[in-house]
Amino acid sequence: MSQDDLTKVVETADLVKRGELSGFLNGKTVATLFFEPSTRTRLSFESAVFKSGGSVFGIANPKASSQSKGESFADSIRTVSGYCDVMVIRHPVEGAARMASELSGTPVINAGDGANQHPTQTFLDLFTIKESLGRLDNLKIGMMGDLKYGRTVHSLTDALAMFNNELIFISPPSLKMPRHILKELDDANIRYRTISDLEEAGDCDLDILYVTRIQKERFGDPQEYEKVAGVYRITQDTINMLGKDVRVMHPLPRVDEIAEEVDSMPNAIYFTQAHNGIPTRQALLGLVTGGLN
Amino acid sequence: MTRAYKVYSIENGTVIDHIPTPLALKVIRILGLENEGIMTIGIGFNSEKHPRGKDILKIENRELSYEETDKIALIAPDATINIIKKGEVVEKRQITLPSEVKDILSCPNPNCATNQLGAGKHFLLENRDTVTYRCVYCERATVVNPDMLATK
Repeated sequence: MSQDDLTKVVETADLVKRGELSGFLNGKTVATLFFEPSTRTRLSFESAVFKSGGSVFGIANPKASSQSKGESFADSIRTVSGYCDVMVIRHPVEGAARMASELSGTPVINAGDGANQHPTQTFLDLFTIKESLGRLDNLKIGMMGDLKYGRTVHSLTDALAMFNNELIFISPPSLKMPRHILKELDDANIRYRTISDLEEAGDCDLDILYVTRIQKERFGDPQEYEKVAGVYRITQDTINMLGKDVRVMHPLPRVDEIAEEVDSMPNAIYFTQAHNGIPTRQALLGLVTGGLN
Repeated sequence: MTRAYKVYSIENGTVIDHIPTPLALKVIRILGLENEGIMTIGIGFNSEKHPRGKDILKIENRELSYEETDKIALIAPDATINIIKKGEVVEKRQITLPSEVKDILSCPNPNCATNQLGAGKHFLLENRDTVTYRCVYCERATVVNPDMLATK
């Protein structure tokens, strides 16, 4: 997607959230096909459909679908595309949503395909940044946690790179941002730093700190995990160290990487971020069905 | 004295030279010519470019298109193409990497839709210098190697 496309989604989400656009899915039917469970994303899409006046049906459990009877993915998509105006697909296989979009006569929204992309998360992250800081460019944005495997931070990096921002990657050495992504930033002349010590971020004057969970299963040695998880934990003291204006985001669910004491601070915008999934997905559904333009 | 040809010359067709040994058979597979026409293959000739030697492939009565010969660059970027008509070389052709490749390379990502769900194999050129292609489905970029050639 281009910078203009991303801006269009963010601006439309803003109008939806302010109540200036409504009823744009009247008479439209949305299928939510979740071939792997993801309750939060599915409920968020379904809520977005209802709030925009549309109807929704779908599968939440792949074991209950005809795929469990041996039907191919391609046949499922061809069939369901005749039942709805737009399909929302979550699938554990990378590229499943793109394949569906080629087979389906109706638009397809990717709600996550394996380790590849989760674009609607990126859209709602951008919307939250714009809403909170008034712009998407010339910001200093820190990303912290599992930068090696986290698809959220990879997609967000790609998107933020289009808007001339400075990026600071904070992670243990074993979970650094992949080299191919850093090379893309180099090629595009995007300013970035990679650091492993959160304290160093105190000098960066961050506008946003985007925190992600470090998954225990990434570490062979549980002791090593405990050590790393303890270092990359955000508390009130961390916020004070980073600067009083820093906003803290997180794609959720969190485990213990952000202390609950942070929730009440004005810096914490991760629940607003989660709620912004609704207007963002409303905007996307409206744009792809032609209900909005 | 008559020169003794190790690989017989052809009257009409396409000669592909400077294929690194032992990739001649893989070039045939890339071109999809496994069961088609008459071909002569020479393997392991001395070569200044290729320390392990070079292979030569002569395809009779078939003038390959640019679209076909460019596919050879995926595994043999230094290969040269000569088009032969009535025993004479009528065209010497350089090859260049195709910007798009369908149905030739398999994605090495086991969790890609091409390997799990039957999506068609489809890559786009990412970096000409490193011969890197990106899978259209799982979006992973890979440096091409001969092991990626799809089996039919």
